[in-house]
Amino acid sequence: VDLLLLIFSRLYILDITMNCNSTASHSFKYVAGAQNAWDMLSEEQSQKHITTGSGDLNGILGGGIHCKEVTEIGGVPGIGKTQLGIQLAINVQIPVDYGGLGGKAIYIDTEGSFMVERVYQIAEGCISDIMEYFPCHHDKSSSGQENLQPESFLAGIYYFRICSYTEQIAVINYLEKFLGEHKDVRIVIIDSVTFHFRQDFDDLALRTRVLCGLSLKLMKLSKSYNLAVVLLNQVTTKFTEGSFQLTLALGDSWSHSCTNRLILYWKGNERCAYLDKSPSLPVASTPYAVTSKGVRDAGSSSCKRVRVM
Amino acid sequence: MANKLVSDMCLPPHLAHLLAARRLTTAKDVLSLPEVELMSLLDAGLATARDAVCRVSEFACPPCQTALALLEERVRLGGGGRLATTLCGLDEALGGGIPLGKLTEVVGPSGIGKTQFCLKLALLATLPECYGGLNGRVVYIDTESKFSSRRMIEIGQKSFPQIFRQEGLAQKMAGRILVMRPASLSDFTKSLEQMKVTLLQNDVKLLIVDSVAAFMSSENERGTTGFTQHPLRWALSFLKSIAELTRIPVVVSNQVRSQSNDDGYHYSFEVKRRGDGDGAERLESHLVAALGIQWAHAVTIRLVFESHSGQRFIKVAKSPMSPAVAFPFIVESSGITLLNDEGIDVSGPEITSIRCQGQNLLGLLPFENRG
Repeated sequence: VDLLLLIFSRLYILDITMNCNSTASHSFKYVAGAQNAWDMLSEEQSQKHITTGSGDLNGILGGGIHCKEVTEIGGVPGIGKTQLGIQLAINVQIPVDYGGLGGKAIYIDTEGSFMVERVYQIAEGCISDIMEYFPCHHDKSSSGQENLQPESFLAGIYYFRICSYTEQIAVINYLEKFLGEHKDVRIVIIDSVTFHFRQDFDDLALRTRVLCGLSLKLMKLSKSYNLAVVLLNQVTTKFTEGSFQLTLALGDSWSHSCTNRLILYWKGNERCAYLDKSPSLPVASTPYAVTSKGVRDAGSSSCKRVRVM
Repeated sequence: MANKLVSDMCLPPHLAHLLAARRLTTAKDVLSLPEVELMSLLDAGLATARDAVCRVSEFACPPCQTALALLEERVRLGGGGRLATTLCGLDEALGGGIPLGKLTEVVGPSGIGKTQFCLKLALLATLPECYGGLNGRVVYIDTESKFSSRRMIEIGQKSFPQIFRQEGLAQKMAGRILVMRPASLSDFTKSLEQMKVTLLQNDVKLLIVDSVAAFMSSENERGTTGFTQHPLRWALSFLKSIAELTRIPVVVSNQVRSQSNDDGYHYSFEVKRRGDGDGAERLESHLVAALGIQWAHAVTIRLVFESHSGQRFIKVAKSPMSPAVAFPFIVESSGITLLNDEGIDVSGPEITSIRCQGQNLLGLLPFENRG
């Protein structure tokens, strides 16, 4: 009873001080660091999204990959997860004049599937699409055109090659300091978050706890530095509903850690993406394609194979 | 990086003592624990634990490079970072050939030509650079006793007659190929370990493992623990890391097995929609690559050797550089030859399926003599 009285008296004092203070604004802000929902809404509406390259895919994602959120993308081997990761690392750098974020990317590679010639090819494809949609722009700003070179896009990707889960944990911890020094980074891509944790971690319970800690850190980074975090995940089989089905790896508790989840799969001869989890958007699926220029809408006319020198 | 010693990290003395007292000597020890557990282990406050983790992470983190620096390095090292297979269509599809520093898998039913492919690659790597080779040694791990030096010399003589006519060259080339024949899984892991030193010291330019699935029985693989607990898991990490460290191509050949009920094919959101489509799909492609889906994720490039419609095909099933494309081929006295350099585009479930129809491959000789 004493404790309750103490709490009530403190609340009473708090109430009085609040009434004295909040004369101008009606904002409801008791706790430091909290935001009210109205402020958040106006912030969300002014938030830019990172385009994936495919209009349909952007559509089911509500405009693209959201900043301040963690998005998980999973699929079978060869479906194009790395392609999408590279496409996002390029697209985040699209200058603000052309509708992009003009930011840089951090690419954390755990599997070694980052092939730099393909990144160059995708950068070229992105630039050629920009030139196509904004034909008069580059006449006005001659300095802007100099920046639209594939080399400058490649220079804007910070690449870490991770060879063990210890390094993976270390790099995520180190990101806080790195992001403090490089404030123009707007996306962090981890390709893939699963590999080392499936390989080398023997104690599964400890693995779950470590992964939980990592995902919390990533969420915190995304919110405090206003960037998008994209985690690429592998698939595994799970026995549910009487048969073996495909599901994303790392277990059930990990599946709670991400804000959004996108599953890439084959539907007949087409690649499709299924939005499995999102706080504000309905589940939906849409086809997309991977072309020589990168990720685009399904049925786009760009030729599929181009010789890479 | 994971094994970096805490004592080398120049931490402030009180932290260094604290970590040493609890026997946390490497970066791995410190970072494997969640912060709260570290806090209780060190018997210190959260701030101290966080500080320790922060400093250790900074030291254990690998250096950062921009993608542009990677490209420039690739250009500087020259050679396009590839080992050309001399199969023009395949080389073009792969951006020049088998990539250096990555794991390439060759998978297909038995008797289709995987070993022929590996023999030719082994030969190519020993050739001088003016002939498109890597001018180095090759380590060939032969788990199924399929390596035939007579056959390899024959391939060499028929493919590069001008080189092999020279005196003693055949001996020199063959002398650069080191063949190991582990008899069991433990021999295999032991020879891999020993090879680490050989690879780093000598001029080894190619590592071939033919085949990695030999020691796996189907019971091993289909156990509920699957690949995670299997001893080959270590071999996989080793092969990938040695490939990257030494920047050599590592080619691994894999077997196939028949599909089982344990293989999942659809996600839960798909299953509800499919009615009886399952049966038809399963009958079409009754073979899958051995070693499971985790292995499939881990390899960078997957070349599927299959046969259907009376022909054999090499299919690029997984590659970060190119879409799926299949090339028909035959096996001749000079090794594998593509019948068509343009290739056929492949999409959908055909990419990952492995077909073995229309030929009694087990009854065929390793090559068909063509005059």
